[in-house]
Amino acid sequence: MLSIKNLHASVEGKEILKGINLEIKAGEVHAIMGPNGSGKSTLSQVLAGNDAFEVTSGEVTLNGDNLLDLETEERAREGIFLAFQYPVEIPGVSNLQFLRTAVNAMRKHRGEEEMNAAEFMKLAKEVSKQVDLDPAFLKRGVNEGFSGGEKKRNEIMQALLLQPKLAILDETDSGLDIDALKVVSDGVNALRSEDRAILMVTHYQRLLNHIVPDYVHVLAGGKIIKSGGRELALELEEKGYGWLGIKDEDTSN
Amino acid sequence: MATTDNEVKELIKREYEHGFVTEIESDTFEPGLNEDVIRRLSEIKQEPEFMLEWRLKAYRRWLEMDEPEWAHVDFPKVDYNAISYYSAPKKKEDMPQSLDDVDPELLRTYEKLGIPLHERAKLAGVAVDAVFDSVSVATTFKEPLEKAGVIFCPISEAVQKYPELVKKYLGSVVPAGDNYFAALNSAVFSDGSFVYIPKGVRCPMELSTYFRINAANTGQFERTLIIAEEGSYVSYLEGCTAPMRDENQLHAAVVELVALDDAQIKYSTVQNWYPGDENGKGGIYNFVTKRGACIGKNSKISWTQVETGSAITWKYPSCVLRGENSVGEFYSVALTHNYQQADTGTKMIHLGKNTKSTIISKGISAGRSSNAYRGLVKFGPGAEGARNFTQCDSLLIGDRCGAHTFPYIESKNKSAIVEHEATTSKVSDEQMFLCRQRGIDPEQAVSMIVNGFCKEVFKELPMEFAVEAGKLLEVSLEGSVG
Repeated sequence: MLSIKNLHASVEGKEILKGINLEIKAGEVHAIMGPNGSGKSTLSQVLAGNDAFEVTSGEVTLNGDNLLDLETEERAREGIFLAFQYPVEIPGVSNLQFLRTAVNAMRKHRGEEEMNAAEFMKLAKEVSKQVDLDPAFLKRGVNEGFSGGEKKRNEIMQALLLQPKLAILDETDSGLDIDALKVVSDGVNALRSEDRAILMVTHYQRLLNHIVPDYVHVLAGGKIIKSGGRELALELEEKGYGWLGIKDEDTSN
Repeated sequence: MATTDNEVKELIKREYEHGFVTEIESDTFEPGLNEDVIRRLSEIKQEPEFMLEWRLKAYRRWLEMDEPEWAHVDFPKVDYNAISYYSAPKKKEDMPQSLDDVDPELLRTYEKLGIPLHERAKLAGVAVDAVFDSVSVATTFKEPLEKAGVIFCPISEAVQKYPELVKKYLGSVVPAGDNYFAALNSAVFSDGSFVYIPKGVRCPMELSTYFRINAANTGQFERTLIIAEEGSYVSYLEGCTAPMRDENQLHAAVVELVALDDAQIKYSTVQNWYPGDENGKGGIYNFVTKRGACIGKNSKISWTQVETGSAITWKYPSCVLRGENSVGEFYSVALTHNYQQADTGTKMIHLGKNTKSTIISKGISAGRSSNAYRGLVKFGPGAEGARNFTQCDSLLIGDRCGAHTFPYIESKNKSAIVEHEATTSKVSDEQMFLCRQRGIDPEQAVSMIVNGFCKEVFKELPMEFAVEAGKLLEVSLEGSVG
């Protein structure tokens, strides 16, 4: 489904990704682990098409089509979804309106009829329950005054509504207490399906206890330096990133 | 992956929707202003003597005044002798007695503007007075209004039919010598609306006026006077458009509102005069004096404005809160794009005990435009227990535009309370990225973010106007993403 070949990317002239190679097939769940500053978030932002990052060389295809040629919104409509690490607030725009606009943009792209307010309300209420968000949140401004955990649940709710082909989860576990982690993980697990791939980016392995990946990759210095199965994450937890000869700037938690 | 320059240019090229010119025969004065012009104008309008005297006095005052220069706007000096002070569609008969007498070409113009004078107006339940250049051409719904005792007619008609009311209230809120543009308007105003709501009457429908400048090189100087007697209520809507012309055109209106005991006036404006092209050529100079007087106790005047048009906007809808417990409100969205300039805000003058005012101002700047909020909150010695809340937010789109805030507070009463909040924010790259990552077009994203920013003001607008205002923002913002 997603194929990344020798991807290089930089921000403000500084090279962050230095040759990423990765193949993800439909139905698979991949975890990318690595210390802070290794390029994990950059990789997710580049895949989603954030203008702040410049791809200097390499190739990314989604089901054979060149992804790098597409605008951010076109990638989204092709099925790329990014759950943000720090979702931004949009004051005054209700979550409901925002989500309906997004869902209808996708539907329009697929040649389907747009959903009216009533239909959408019904759907959104159901999905919000899946991530244990009070439907009252739908009427609030996008992420406006949401707690960290509520923002993350809101992101997963969006994934459930938009039903992407590839869901990229950027540090979705950060800042969550154990109960919220469970709710969010249940949401992500509900996303798992044969025709969908999930790419999780995380610093810690605890998320992987809840969402068990098929593959684990270790990213350091802008390159994938080791790949393996579920057991690689456990080994990392036990031995720390130092085991692979990398420095971890953040040793808290 | 930013939208390319070419795409942006393409979007900017999308034209001002109301920029067409109507081909109709008009009677237009030669450009120039002197006492004879005023006499001719007064004569055409068949005005009583007092009106002519009033105009001449204002004209003489105006001659002694200087054009104000304190506003944060920049434009070449207006040559007041290059403007024609009267233009009227030639009428087949002397005066249109009903809609059937109105030039069909004119009616088509209003239809193009989305102002239905016939059935659609009835469906909407909105009574419309339409002012085309200098004259009022049609007023709908006269009958049901008359039944309720409401007077809603062109001000030129009111001068003849209700001279006592006009004499009593015209200039009572905005005196002829109030400021340069008000003096000019007092001298040459050609038409506008007159509204009188009798004691205890709740006006049975929204009243509405649409202003349209059509003829070239003419100024529009309309005058609106609304009087709400004791315990009455009225909601009044005003909309404006003009054709696209390369020359700047002058619009200097005066609006006066008078609210007596327990009366309420709600005045909403959607101003979409031609803003000029993307290089700042042409557009309307919108120099307007709007003021309401809460004379009576417990009275309330509420201004809501959505200002998206005009090359230059100079406008401060204000409230003089004289009556005890009276309330003044000002809700404003001002959007500037390309080379537009706006200096707009309000004055809340607290004179009576326990008077309250609220100011919510939302300024949005895009392109190379400049957008200033200017507001005065003043408490007189008698304003015991008075309070004001001001919230002033600016939103910037791009990095070549400017937003400025000039709040003034004067207090002569120690018990008065003022709260002031101000913010400046940008449509951030992060917000745009979030929207686009969810599949939303950049243009739609900006429009959604801006609409969210304006929400507190839009909710004050009557329903159908709120929808229109949202759409108008969308159109006005086209090409602002780059």
